[in-house]
Amino acid sequence: MAKKEDPKDPESKSKEELDKKRALRRREFVKLVGGTGVAATAQVLAGHQLASAATTTVPEPEVVGSAKVIGPGPATMTLRVNGEAKKLTIEPRVTLLDALRNHLDLTGAKKVCDRGTCGACTIIVNGKPTYACGVLAIEVADRGGKPGADIRTIEGLAPEGQLHAVSASFVENDAQQCGFCTPGFVMSCKAYLDSHHNPTLEEMKQALGGNLCRCGTYVGVRNAVVQAAMSMKGGHA
Amino acid sequence: MADYHWPPTDKCSLIGRRISRLDGPWKSAGRIKYSYDVNRPNMLHGKMVFSPYAHAKVVSIDTSVAEKMPGVKAVEIMTEPGKEVFWVGHEVAAVAAETEEQARDAARRIQVRYEKLPHLVSDVAPSKAGEHTKQLAEQTDGNPDQALQQAEVISEGEYGASVITHCCLEAHGQVAEWDGDDLTLYASTQNVSGIPGEIAKANIVSSADKVRVLTPVMGGGFGSKFGADSWGLACARLAKKAGRPIKMMLERDQELMAAGERPSMYAKVKVGAKKDGTLVGWQSESWGTGGPDAQGGAPNLPYVVRIPDRRVKHTAVLTNIGPARAWRAPNHPQMCVITMSALDDLAAKLGMDPVDLLQKNIQMTGQLAKTYSAELEKASQLMDWKSKWHPRGDKTSGPIKKGLGVSMHTWGGAGHPSNCNCVIQPDGSVSVSLGSQDLGTGTRTVIGIITAETMGLPLEAVKVNIGDSKYPADGASGGSTTVGGVSSSTRRAATAALNQLLEKVAPSLDAKPDDLEAVDGEIRVKGNPSKAIFWKQACAKLGTTPITGTGQRQRGNDDLLSSGVGGAQMAEVSVDTETGIVHVDKLVAVQDCGLIIDLKTAESQVYGACIMGITYSLFEEKIMDEQTGRCLNADLEFYKLAGIGDFGDIVVHMMTGPGYDERGVIGLGEPPVISPGAAISNAVANAIGVRVPTLPLTPDKVFAALETKGAVA
Repeated sequence: MAKKEDPKDPESKSKEELDKKRALRRREFVKLVGGTGVAATAQVLAGHQLASAATTTVPEPEVVGSAKVIGPGPATMTLRVNGEAKKLTIEPRVTLLDALRNHLDLTGAKKVCDRGTCGACTIIVNGKPTYACGVLAIEVADRGGKPGADIRTIEGLAPEGQLHAVSASFVENDAQQCGFCTPGFVMSCKAYLDSHHNPTLEEMKQALGGNLCRCGTYVGVRNAVVQAAMSMKGGHA
Repeated sequence: MADYHWPPTDKCSLIGRRISRLDGPWKSAGRIKYSYDVNRPNMLHGKMVFSPYAHAKVVSIDTSVAEKMPGVKAVEIMTEPGKEVFWVGHEVAAVAAETEEQARDAARRIQVRYEKLPHLVSDVAPSKAGEHTKQLAEQTDGNPDQALQQAEVISEGEYGASVITHCCLEAHGQVAEWDGDDLTLYASTQNVSGIPGEIAKANIVSSADKVRVLTPVMGGGFGSKFGADSWGLACARLAKKAGRPIKMMLERDQELMAAGERPSMYAKVKVGAKKDGTLVGWQSESWGTGGPDAQGGAPNLPYVVRIPDRRVKHTAVLTNIGPARAWRAPNHPQMCVITMSALDDLAAKLGMDPVDLLQKNIQMTGQLAKTYSAELEKASQLMDWKSKWHPRGDKTSGPIKKGLGVSMHTWGGAGHPSNCNCVIQPDGSVSVSLGSQDLGTGTRTVIGIITAETMGLPLEAVKVNIGDSKYPADGASGGSTTVGGVSSSTRRAATAALNQLLEKVAPSLDAKPDDLEAVDGEIRVKGNPSKAIFWKQACAKLGTTPITGTGQRQRGNDDLLSSGVGGAQMAEVSVDTETGIVHVDKLVAVQDCGLIIDLKTAESQVYGACIMGITYSLFEEKIMDEQTGRCLNADLEFYKLAGIGDFGDIVVHMMTGPGYDERGVIGLGEPPVISPGAAISNAVANAIGVRVPTLPLTPDKVFAALETKGAVA
């Protein structure tokens, strides 16, 4: 269908006028969203408080037909971590991060926000960088006779006493201070470089945008990822 | 004998070079255990109950239900009934259970009854705070009224910075483990040597020597981890009751609510100058909140540029926002943004380039005037200031406005008390031990470099032992005092050990100890390199007895360190006048810190401080809700930290060489974090033509400023 001429069509207005209007609209829009955003947050918080006050009993497990319901008590499961099958008995609500840290003593992945924001717990699951705090262990465990996900933690990058090329580039470029965010950065960087062989620095910034550092080591990290990208593909930029 | 004084930097093989941090490989391999990572055999997990009210009296605590919950082994009351809690997140009780999940469940079932009391969490104006204020200081120097009357140009404005938190990535907390009457604490602390005394004072152990604190590495402190804290005491008590080790770390929301706040500071300022830019008078009424008990103290305004005629008054607003704790360079970033913004506004009114205004008044900075002047010049060059700078308001078309801003800052430094033992073994191995800690600043590496340089050995030949309270006592790491303290004690201890070795070796080289030096892995006769003995052979002469050299940071003046640095920073920003978003395109930091031991970790300190500065300038704020008294953003989704792509280039230049090196070692942690706020705020004003009065420079505040007279959009 052909486009009709419309006197109200913004395209018919002068560019200057339009720019002015758009600017105001966008500004008003952001203001509006900012305002209601805060109000909404307050409501959510108040609701959360009520909810936690009301949670006085652990809900009974729901029985659906003849399906076997796991939990809420501990269940035995097998995780495939760094190429090894690890059997552990934990509650189904235990996150993959807590399973690794509290039950397998793999503490390279750090617990910082515990809400899928900061990236300090980044590990590699089936080749993809993954926030371990945002996955339940049971989700990636063996199921129905099939092996679970391939879970790689930073401890699996290199044998004890040796450094993976990415870790080495972080050391050389001083891309760490307190170091608490470093394993997460290293894993994000490794996962990205495994599947992107010619990244630009801008692409790497995007790839590492989900990892936060408090000491402010990002300048070192920028230099480290450039070096890591080169060393992982044999020295070709 | 070897001289303990610093060698000239051109004679150094390690000091002043770029050297990778010693614990870097442990950290980037993910294998080193932070406190949060320590898993002891049979260990329980602790969780705390926190007050949901900003101000309340605890009426009763019933733990009977919680005690019967699965896996629960011990409970501990942290705030006795009858006592008050002063912020949301104030610790009330704790529980230990077999798993983290069970401990969390049980904590929810501890029933606490509160009597709510009135609270205040807003710090915007003392006049609205009623009785919740305390006047901390009023000071008049010279005759400010007369000076301001005679001023040819007056600028008035309101400036400030909001409350922010430390947000350490490793939360506060510890693992406590008893062995009979002996307690081991794996604590995330800035004060390894100081914690045992605190535990003893709380009557948890019979004497401080029963406590061992272990902190090989720690995940950030920034001034918030000096004490054992109530949770440290509770964890030790729970572990005693349960007879098992316990890990109790704060969860992220607790970390942001209860583990420390940087006090806010705001000021109404009047500043006057002559037409040529000479500053003549200052008057400020400032206020801010440091929690319920006026922590934080009064500012010393104006900052850096000491205008002789001044009147200052400061009022503390007593609020229930949380506990104030030292935050990297306490009070300085706030004083800096107030002063440097006011001077920048004055420069705009005078029609002057603000760098010219600072240079014009450089003598008012006192002893460091020459340093500041040189730093401003260097920064201008690195920023290309002269060709980029324009008067207030970017007049180019389009929604993106660009601007430049400048700021200067200072810090003391000096060195905290420090003791070091240096041991040379007959097999040639060398170790140094101090009860210090490395917060990520590079302390461990600095100690290693100094020892290796003193012995003429490679860095790998030295073992550095820190992070254990059984080592010689060292001060808390705060106020940029660590590097001064440990450098002095380490250099003295290493020299003392070396001199004992030289005495042993001298006869075999047919020389006096005074004629010997340790260089390149050899002990040799000065000026006669052919008369030498390898280090290992020299040490073999010790027989079976190792040598111990001790060193102590000298009380009072210590000729290995000093105090007082200056720094200048310049920011270039782009402001999107359609979205209100500020982007830092470039930040230049020029910093003096005396003799630099490790240039690589020193530069990292400055880069890190700049990024932390960008974060508090643009994103960070503890947002409080007056109705509920709660923090609305106690998580990392809404408590914003900058990410790797959230800023442009950072250029760091360290002032070294003659005039700087001979001052000795001076701390660097605090100074470079001070100026970013002012430099960025000034750059935004330069871009959009008007001042955004307070940090953080969020889009809503930028919009509000854009609607005032004089804005470019």
